[in-house]
Amino acid sequence: MSSLMHQARASYAFFERNWNLTKRYWAWEIVWLVYNIVNALSVTLISYTAQDLSGAKIDTNYLIIYLLIGTSVWSYLSVTFEGVTDLIMIERWEGTIEHTFMAPISRFTHLVGSCWYAIVHGLLFTFLQLIIVGSFFHLDLSHANYLTAVVVLLIGSISFIGLGIAASVLPLLFTERGSQMSYIVRAILLLISGVYYPISVLPGWMQPLARVSPATYVLDGLRSGLLNGATLWSSSILNVIWPLIIAGIISVPLGVFIFTLAEKYAKHTGKLKRNG
Amino acid sequence: MAIPDLESTSLLKNVTIDPAVDAVVIDHVSKTFKKSRPLFAWSRKAQEERKGEKVVRAVDDVTLTVKRGEIVGILGANGSGKSTLIRMLSTLLIPDEGRIEIFGYDVVKDEYTVQRLINRVSVEASFFKKLSPMENLLYAARLYNMPGNIARTRIREILTRLGIKPDRIVAPLENMSRGMQQKVAIARAFLTSPVLLLLDEPTTGLDPRSKIDVQAFVHELRDVHHATILITTHDMDEAEDLCDRVAIIDKGRMVALGRTVDLKREVATLMERDEPVSMKEVFMHYTASHLITEEDVKRYGSWEKAFEALEAQREEEE
Repeated sequence: MSSLMHQARASYAFFERNWNLTKRYWAWEIVWLVYNIVNALSVTLISYTAQDLSGAKIDTNYLIIYLLIGTSVWSYLSVTFEGVTDLIMIERWEGTIEHTFMAPISRFTHLVGSCWYAIVHGLLFTFLQLIIVGSFFHLDLSHANYLTAVVVLLIGSISFIGLGIAASVLPLLFTERGSQMSYIVRAILLLISGVYYPISVLPGWMQPLARVSPATYVLDGLRSGLLNGATLWSSSILNVIWPLIIAGIISVPLGVFIFTLAEKYAKHTGKLKRNG
Repeated sequence: MAIPDLESTSLLKNVTIDPAVDAVVIDHVSKTFKKSRPLFAWSRKAQEERKGEKVVRAVDDVTLTVKRGEIVGILGANGSGKSTLIRMLSTLLIPDEGRIEIFGYDVVKDEYTVQRLINRVSVEASFFKKLSPMENLLYAARLYNMPGNIARTRIREILTRLGIKPDRIVAPLENMSRGMQQKVAIARAFLTSPVLLLLDEPTTGLDPRSKIDVQAFVHELRDVHHATILITTHDMDEAEDLCDRVAIIDKGRMVALGRTVDLKREVATLMERDEPVSMKEVFMHYTASHLITEEDVKRYGSWEKAFEALEAQREEEE
């Protein structure tokens, strides 16, 4: 019980610390939000020209929401990933990495403590972005099932945490450019998960990769919920929820295991030190 | 205003400390660092480079035992291996050879237990500089299982005692001088009242008054809270004032160990002086490029002449 209380307290320490850092770096938060809004708008505006470019009749409202969901999930994934991988980089830069790693807490507490702030931060950030970008268009969301969307996103977040933890091995091992190297994980997810297109357009050899990416199921679930109003118990949603639960159960322990191996290597080679 | 006890944080619950066991046992410990391999290691040029691959033996077969309640100083030039040794004790580096035990717990096998017994102050004040001392220390306190309300009170007490004004406690650390930041780093380690405190050049950059404050704190930790302290320093006066014993490390090897008074007498005898020499002279003697022996003293006429001659010889060779 005492140990559980200790781990809970430590987990809150990461949440509180990250919140304090967000408050101090508020200017960066605004810049990052504007960047994501501009990025989302530039993608979503394609919907208006699609009909003219193809010559075929297109449901513009459907396409806007389709792309808006893509940009929002992409933004959510980016903010969450950034939140996890950047913390290793910031800790290295500030030199606090050694103090955190010699604290009497489990690595699971350390990583999950950092991640749950990233998730809350990512959700708020994406919600704000969605409201602002959505206000540029007259969207018909009368069929949307918001409960389905929230549940799918929350369950999907567990596997995003697992992927984020595994990706944070890069800044741990590559002291100078490791954080930037983690972009490759995001880039691959962007390509294979059907962020802006259905995965059916991918070449055959990429299809199996798309089916193991949790982002594919999150996008499918969100589109079914928001575009078609699918309920939580409908077959289309249940078909995305169970793979997401399995991915969550596997990816978090796997991510922590990979991180633990990397930590051991870093302790053998002396990579757990400040840089900057 | 006393330093708080760690027992109240329940961090040491279920940890048995046998009073008969030595606080620190460093047994034939070595640590080597290798230069990273080039990307195209198969190319001819890279293979030629690898022939001269740089292997640094940072700590070389060091053995040292520290009793509970002792303050032991580790002296050595820059790059001599002091910090590497401290980082191995802090569970941040895994020794290549030998074993390290803290109160009978192995730093590798019983890492989590060891972490509950120790804290460390590094030479750089490592903090989230945008955050205030209160925010930084509150974060550290929670990691060591201290409730927020108790931590806030103790943080204020310790920082005030170290001379930090109340308005600076809640202002960003980036606006503080290096000396002030170092005081906050010391407060962070004292906050958890560790059973073993590892101080890696803690007073570097501090003014004389602050040094005295820190030294008083270190004494209090030992005398009142029975903490064991291992301190690395370049400051010979500090080593003499604080430490029960000192170890001198040179190029990763421990070249001397003993009470300062005994080491001073030994070197004085070698230098054929009636009065004990200073700790600076002891340090110079043991870290000279060539350890000066009685034979060298006889050959060159005096310790000073032997030192000069051997240093000149080393420079010529380089």
